[in-house]
Amino acid sequence: MSRQSNRSTDSKKMNSELFTLTYGALVTQLCKDYENDEEVNKQLDKMGYNIGVRLIEDFLARSSVGRCHDFRETADVIAKVAFKMYLGITPSVTNWSPAGDEFSLILESNPLVDFVELPDNHSTLIYSNLLCGVLRGALEMVQMAVDVRFAQDTLRGDNVTEIRMKFIKRIEENLPAGDE
Amino acid sequence: MADEALFQFLHNEVIQYVNTTESGETENGRCVSKLENMGFRVGQGLIERFTKDTARFKDELDVMKFICKDFWTCVFKKQIDNLRTNHQGIYVLQDNKFRLLTQLSAGKQYLENAPKYLAFTCGLVRGALSNLGVKSIVTAEVSVMPACKFQVMIQKM
Repeated sequence: MSRQSNRSTDSKKMNSELFTLTYGALVTQLCKDYENDEEVNKQLDKMGYNIGVRLIEDFLARSSVGRCHDFRETADVIAKVAFKMYLGITPSVTNWSPAGDEFSLILESNPLVDFVELPDNHSTLIYSNLLCGVLRGALEMVQMAVDVRFAQDTLRGDNVTEIRMKFIKRIEENLPAGDE
Repeated sequence: MADEALFQFLHNEVIQYVNTTESGETENGRCVSKLENMGFRVGQGLIERFTKDTARFKDELDVMKFICKDFWTCVFKKQIDNLRTNHQGIYVLQDNKFRLLTQLSAGKQYLENAPKYLAFTCGLVRGALSNLGVKSIVTAEVSVMPACKFQVMIQKM
C-alpha cells in the first residue's frame, strides 16, 4: 500500500516523456529506413508539416489568439503561447534582421532531445527537424510562407538551440476557379 | 509538459508513415509489427522512468493492476475500465473509450483501420511488462469503437 502514495506523481511529466520517447522511436525508425541523414531530415520536416497544418486549428481554437498585425507579433505568439502550450517551454525571440522579416527562437532546453545523444555516424542529422515542419505548416495555414531551419543545436555541441525563421511572403487566398 | 494533442498528431503521422513505407501485398501485418516494435521501445523507456521510486511488486497480478491504473492514467488520462483474468496467464484489459480511437469512431467507416491505431499501444504494454520481468504477447481487438480490448498472454519462462 505504501506504493500508492508515491505513484501517480506527475502525470504531466510522464506524458511529456511519452512524447519524447515516441519521437525518438520514430527518428530511430527513419534512420533505419533511409540511407542518409538528408533523407531523414526531409522526412521529419514533411511529417512536421502535416502535423502543423492540423495543429494550427487546435491552437486557434484553444488559445483564442486573434489575428496578428505584424511579424513581430507572430513571433511573440509562437514563442510565448504556442511553445508554452505544446512543449512547456518559452523560447526567447532575438536577432531580428534590420528589415524585421527574420528572427531567431532561442531554446534554452529542448524537450525533444531529453534522452538523446547523436552517434558519430549521424553528424548531419537534424534531430528536431520536425519542429521546423510544424512551424512552417502551421503558419502556412494562416497565409504566411516562412522559411524555418535550425541554426544551432545543442545536440551538435552548441550552447543553445536556435531556430531561425524568415518571412517569405503573404499567401494570397486563391479561390477555386469559378467560385466567386 | 508536451500537450496531449501533440502526441496524438505525432501518433497519427507515425502510422501514416509506416503505412506508406510498407505498402505491398503483406502490408498490414508488416505495418502492425513495425508499429508494435516502436511501441515496445517506448514502453520499456517509460516504465523504467516511471517505476524508479516504487516498491517491488508482489506478483503478476499486482503488476497488471499497476499497468491498468497508474500506467494507463499517465499515458491515456484514464484507467482501464475492466480487467479480467483466467488466473492462468491470460489477462484482458478493456478500455471503453480508448483515447487513440475516439477521433475515428463515428460510424464503422474506419473499423478496418483500427488495428493500426492499436499496434503501438500493444507494443507499449508489452515493452512495459517486459522491463518488469514479465514476458508476454499482447494483442488487441475492437468490435465497437472506441471500445477495445487488449489481451495479454503471459509467456512462462
